[in-house]
Amino acid sequence: MGDTEDNVKQEKKVVFVTVGTTLFDALVRTVDTKEVKQALIRKGYTHLVIQMGRGSYTPTKSDGEDGSLAVDYFTFSPSIADHLRSASLVISHAGSGSIFETLRLGKPLIVVVNEDLMDNHQSELAEELAERKHLYCAHPQTLHQTISDMNVESLLPYPPGDATAVAKLINRLPT
Amino acid sequence: MTIASLFTPSIITITVSVVLIAITRVFYILCQSGKPLYPSKSPKPLSTLIVLGSGGHTAEMINVLNVLLLKDRFCPRFYVAAGTDNMSLQKAHLLEENVFNLNEGPQVVLCNGPGTCVPLCVIAFLFKVVGVRWSSVFYVESIARVRKLSLSGLLLYKLRIADQFFVQWPQLQRKYPRAHYVGCLM
Repeated sequence: MGDTEDNVKQEKKVVFVTVGTTLFDALVRTVDTKEVKQALIRKGYTHLVIQMGRGSYTPTKSDGEDGSLAVDYFTFSPSIADHLRSASLVISHAGSGSIFETLRLGKPLIVVVNEDLMDNHQSELAEELAERKHLYCAHPQTLHQTISDMNVESLLPYPPGDATAVAKLINRLPT
Repeated sequence: MTIASLFTPSIITITVSVVLIAITRVFYILCQSGKPLYPSKSPKPLSTLIVLGSGGHTAEMINVLNVLLLKDRFCPRFYVAAGTDNMSLQKAHLLEENVFNLNEGPQVVLCNGPGTCVPLCVIAFLFKVVGVRWSSVFYVESIARVRKLSLSGLLLYKLRIADQFFVQWPQLQRKYPRAHYVGCLM
């Protein structure tokens, strides 16, 4: 589909990529590939904003004039929440903080598991939440496929957590 | 061998009795663990030690405290965080007007997973064995643990140091039946 004019006029749809405080060059490198960018354009996204953290791989910036994806990046920011809020899709590392912050905002989320971590218990949470259809779980090599296959409409909203059960047991209140 | 020497307490008999008393004491404590905090109807305030970890752990703990502290049973409250973690203590300061220093063993220990909590819980347990201070240890396993316990969690569960052990996923409760399943905190 070559509706380049339509793409230009089309509303801004931002994909926000975040690695948090971790070192996750594999993710930054992956979102900077042609396959992933093309998959995102095909899904109607217009902008790619990458929070790259401590990584050493620097993505290529682009203003997106030629109908391609506009790409921008930064290392850290105190206003990650604002970036999440203005995003139409979030691609995140598997840290529980980023996952729940995104889910609470009701944003479609793809979690990319860092295979280089020694104790990779983090994938447990992403896989469980993916099974419950709250997010998509991918690996750096499969990210472009996940983007092509995803249907953000089919994701289920995540119900907010509840600490009353714990508090009750600690208090041993009569029920 | 004379009859008198049989009655002289040897080092061996002293050692054996001390070990037996210690074992009995440990068993007594294990049996008493997990009993309700208030057998009486007029609850007295309980000094509470809250162990904060990094990022995700602290966020989960804050969620528990937001509900738990609605009733002012748990006071005074003391917070500990890993030496490198300034953010967590800042968050505790946001929640509390005063953050004190702890100079006496707490009556309640509340923790959720950072490695720093294990030695503190062991000390709390030893205080019980020696009879210095009786306390209840509550451990909440992190939401990030779906299929396997963390090392801290596993130690406190297996050694029965935690009076009550909470998990946030049903499959963990099936694997560790003494744990309580409490649903997701985040």
